[in-house]
Amino acid sequence: MSQPKLLISQNKLNLIIKRFALQLIELHGDFSSTAIIGLQPRGIQLSKRLVEAITELQPETNVKYGELDHTFFRDDIGRGEIFMPKKSHINFSTENLNIILVDDVLYTGRSVRASIDALMSFGRPKQVELMVLVDRRFQRELPISPNYTGVVVDSRSTGEHVKVDWSLDHPQVWLLSSKE
Amino acid sequence: MTENAPIKHLLGIKGLSESHIQTIFETADNFKELLNGPVKKTPALRDITIANLFFENSTRTRVSFELAEKRLGADTINFSSSSSSVKKGETLIDTVNNILSMKVDMVVMRHPAPGACIFLSKHIDAQIVNAGDGTHEHPTQALLDAYSIREKLGDVAGKKVVIVGDILHSRVALSNIYSLQLLGAEVMVCGPATLIPKHISHLGVQVSHNLEEALKWCDVANMLRIQLERQDQRYFPSLKEYSNLYGLTLEKLQRLDKEICIMHPGPINRGVEITSDVADSKHSIILQQVENGVAVRMAVLFLLGQQRL
Repeated sequence: MSQPKLLISQNKLNLIIKRFALQLIELHGDFSSTAIIGLQPRGIQLSKRLVEAITELQPETNVKYGELDHTFFRDDIGRGEIFMPKKSHINFSTENLNIILVDDVLYTGRSVRASIDALMSFGRPKQVELMVLVDRRFQRELPISPNYTGVVVDSRSTGEHVKVDWSLDHPQVWLLSSKE
Repeated sequence: MTENAPIKHLLGIKGLSESHIQTIFETADNFKELLNGPVKKTPALRDITIANLFFENSTRTRVSFELAEKRLGADTINFSSSSSSVKKGETLIDTVNNILSMKVDMVVMRHPAPGACIFLSKHIDAQIVNAGDGTHEHPTQALLDAYSIREKLGDVAGKKVVIVGDILHSRVALSNIYSLQLLGAEVMVCGPATLIPKHISHLGVQVSHNLEEALKWCDVANMLRIQLERQDQRYFPSLKEYSNLYGLTLEKLQRLDKEICIMHPGPINRGVEITSDVADSKHSIILQQVENGVAVRMAVLFLLGQQRL
């Protein structure tokens, strides 16, 4: 693949985030027993925008929000790559809560597996759901599936990667070849 | 450890940069949060085996390292020289190589000989963490001391720290001097002239023989134990006299016009270098040092453990 492919334009991204917010409001109501947890590092931007969207649609809602780092629970520590932990901020008890884990791209599923283990170190939630912007469903190495998906990428090529660019004024999501 | 210059071993604070120490502290922050949660364990080092080789007595350091290793999911072997073949005349390298042949990845070693860890690092492949080598260095103690100051006072930079007592025989003092200076603190050593190394001012530290003056100067006082087991001659007339001149009492603290933070690496000789009412007072962070020791050692082991391939 030579040309980068635009997966999600800015307008579509806004629509997806709004759809996510509406889905969560429909299923989790006033969020009294639900918390949103962004996965470090790349799920944070999406989770923050999601909380903003929910608050905009339902201003009286007080969404419990946290950030979770899974570095200490990875299954590839000591196998070449060096991982530096990021901060986890969960300032509430996760016991018996419905937890929505939010990440940008679901690829092999290994980060999500590690994140679930990391989450369990904070307590025993009632239920854990997974929300991702992009699901690369044919690249899975573990039996993990999202509950909420922005778009699905069916490419079987491992020579491609998804780039979610939050740094622009106009955030977009691209599918790039790995050389790019 | 991971930035710029990767480090295979932790042999001393000398050889580390400020950025290494900050990386250790930031990682320790994460571990401390984990340790304060309901589940205190991670499987981060589940693939590695660590041998704790203690050729010298230890309570806090050994237990702290062992707990840190277990919290990280590593397999551990504990060895103490008093119940081993060292008593039968086996050399250090032979002992360690025999243990390493059982597929051990990392060695945490305390040894009475200064430089023992450096010597060992030149002869074996496993990673080495110095848990105290004679009168040389005790890097993880210095790291947890600086980490505890940072936690209590917000930062180490700009703080004035006095290390009081048996500087001559103290590995904690030397490692503390290196680490505190790297982090931007001012350091003073205080004690009887016989227990202060002659040329220590070359390390950039101030020297005082008057405890009350030193206390007025400092933000933090780190009280060291008199290491009678390392003293081959009498360095002061009596423990009572030492205690009168250099022991920290509540009266001495109350004479100050400010609050200072009191530290001690343990074990405490109550009534000698510090009285019980000071050791157990609100000024003291002695137990926080012990608590932080586990998180800091987890950080060191985790960061080193990633680099074994």
